[in-house]
Amino acid sequence: MTSQTHLEQSPDTELNQTLSAQAEDNGSDIAYASKTKLMWLRFKQHKVALFSAIMIILFYLVAIFADLIAVQDINKYAAKYKYAPPSAVHWVNSEGDFTWPFIHDLKRELNMETLEFEYTEGDKEFPIRFLHRGYEYRVLGLFKTDIHLFGVDDGAALFLMGSDKLGRDVFSKIVHGARISLSIGLIGVLLSLVFGVVLGGISGFYGGKIDTFIQRLIEVLMSFPSIPLWMALAASLPPQWSPIFVYFMITLILSVIGWTGIARVVRGIVMRLKEEKYTEAALLSGANNFYIIRKHLLPGATSFVIAQATLSIPAMIIAETSLSFLGIGLRPPVVSWGVLLQEAQSIEVIANYPWILYPSFFVIVTVLFFNFLGDGLRDAADPYMNRA
Amino acid sequence: MFSYILRRCLISIPTLIIISIVSFVIIQIPPGDFVDAYISERLVIDGSINDVDALRASIQAELGISDNMFVNYFKWISGFPQGDFGYSFQHQKPVQDLIWGKLGLTFLITFVTLIFTLVTAFFTGIFTSLKPYTFFDYIVSFFGFLGLAIPNFLLALLLMYLSLDWFGTPFSGLFSPEYLNAPWSFAKFMDAMKHIWIPVIVVGTAGTASKIRIMRATMMDELHKPYVDTARSKGLPAYKVILKYPVRHAVNPLASTIGWMLPELVSGSAIVAIVLSLPTTGPYLLEALRSQDMYLAGTFLMMLAVLTIIGTLISDILIALLDPRIRLA
Repeated sequence: MTSQTHLEQSPDTELNQTLSAQAEDNGSDIAYASKTKLMWLRFKQHKVALFSAIMIILFYLVAIFADLIAVQDINKYAAKYKYAPPSAVHWVNSEGDFTWPFIHDLKRELNMETLEFEYTEGDKEFPIRFLHRGYEYRVLGLFKTDIHLFGVDDGAALFLMGSDKLGRDVFSKIVHGARISLSIGLIGVLLSLVFGVVLGGISGFYGGKIDTFIQRLIEVLMSFPSIPLWMALAASLPPQWSPIFVYFMITLILSVIGWTGIARVVRGIVMRLKEEKYTEAALLSGANNFYIIRKHLLPGATSFVIAQATLSIPAMIIAETSLSFLGIGLRPPVVSWGVLLQEAQSIEVIANYPWILYPSFFVIVTVLFFNFLGDGLRDAADPYMNRA
Repeated sequence: MFSYILRRCLISIPTLIIISIVSFVIIQIPPGDFVDAYISERLVIDGSINDVDALRASIQAELGISDNMFVNYFKWISGFPQGDFGYSFQHQKPVQDLIWGKLGLTFLITFVTLIFTLVTAFFTGIFTSLKPYTFFDYIVSFFGFLGLAIPNFLLALLLMYLSLDWFGTPFSGLFSPEYLNAPWSFAKFMDAMKHIWIPVIVVGTAGTASKIRIMRATMMDELHKPYVDTARSKGLPAYKVILKYPVRHAVNPLASTIGWMLPELVSGSAIVAIVLSLPTTGPYLLEALRSQDMYLAGTFLMMLAVLTIIGTLISDILIALLDPRIRLA
């Protein structure tokens, strides 16, 4: 599959320019760049992929420092803020002057006709404070602090993305949910990598009966529709297991299918590299199989494997979200984007409180970024290939 | 050609056997079984049971199952040639009375989605490759990336929300109320066709997006080859130049993806069916899994895999028909 060419200008002209400029710096006619450098140069041209990489790093940083970013303690219930709409952030005060952003306090009234609570804004102004002191937490589990990136003083509640049925801040929950949702894809892919590289490598290197057996196994696994298979495996997790154990089992279940794609890529590359002259030379010089695999075959496959692995992360994130949404994946009190979306199962909730769907925005954006990043990596994976 | 089809059919027999084993083993993984669940339910109702072991044995005898997994498996598999798939404990009916209707609807949705996906990808792929880097091309790739990134169930939720907003009633189900229990007729079929487009769009979006990319990419590769120039220079009309040469070439990669598209479609329709409460396999499989109704769940899982095996078979034959090189190899 050829990827889309986003650049009007032939990417290789730009690459050549960079290289020749470098050659001039060195005072020679010969430009030199290692494979890694060539890959980086090519990857850099894929601006969307570069942007996606930065955004993904940012998302992971948010996940790591979730408590710093979060506004409210996600375990604290506040019945008086049940299904409060997203707070309106004001920039213009009552005198009509442009000021530091602030929010109003919320007043709640029971609508006697619909029997629903309706929220209106009060008169008091609460500025959004930078480096605000809020609830206490431990940074990376090490030391205690109560500093948050932003927040408002007591008396009002800042709901950037509304609140849920127990009056908890959806934004803070999304930030915390990022930990599980983002890490499950990463750990799942790591597991798939281990299975995929080992089995795909064996399959490609030894060939023959082992190859046929592994390929048959992959065919069978691939012919199962993944969601029903995941459903069957996930439904088999007993409810009394601890959330952490369920989390690891779910990642394991996701990688049961995830490894097949990686194994196929590794097998193809190993089979191709096995026929190369340098492999033959190493074999004739008396190198053993392990040495050849480690020194000659795996390095050639690394970049492709990384690209393939990146492209299989989105599927895992979507799968976790879907399973948790159906109630057979992770369960509360674990917070993940899929668990948050469980609340959106009934159409009435979506119709009345559409902000409950906010987590889905982050799922979509994360998957998009991973897809773009994977595309960019795949293009950069083989820098010697001439792109038309 | 005949020998190729025969060989291809024979290869899928061992695959089917492995699939039946895998399906059964997966269903057996959960600790405890239907009998345990039944007994614990009785415990709640009756307060106490005098002789648990005796009750267990009597229920097992009644359901015709034993503690031994292998015995259960061979009992299940040996009924297959007669179309006997075991007994559903929960519904207290033979499995074959329950599954066919649901599988038929699953097949219908999958098939319509497949056609929708291929037709859309075929034409959109050709158009975008003929006019690359235009507004239409960018719009298509924008929606393509978005379609790949939105989980199916979410798209279903959004469409349900929009239909509630626009038409006042949320979309769900596959039939209008008056046809719900009516026997199959042409009118009922047309009614299903009126409802089917939402699941088809939801299930088909991601697949369509990736197929458009494949079609566009191969077309772009082929369009600038000398044989296209030759065709043009000998004075063929533009549509013939496109349709007769590069399109014929570009259809191959599209056809070869049908095989692994089917598992995706079946799996997508399972989750969408749960969200939209469609009377297809998805919701029933989930229910059977939850109640550990082992023969029913196992048969559903196996049949879904069989559906994709048949699909792969058809796509392989289709490719062989399209491309003589594969047939002769």
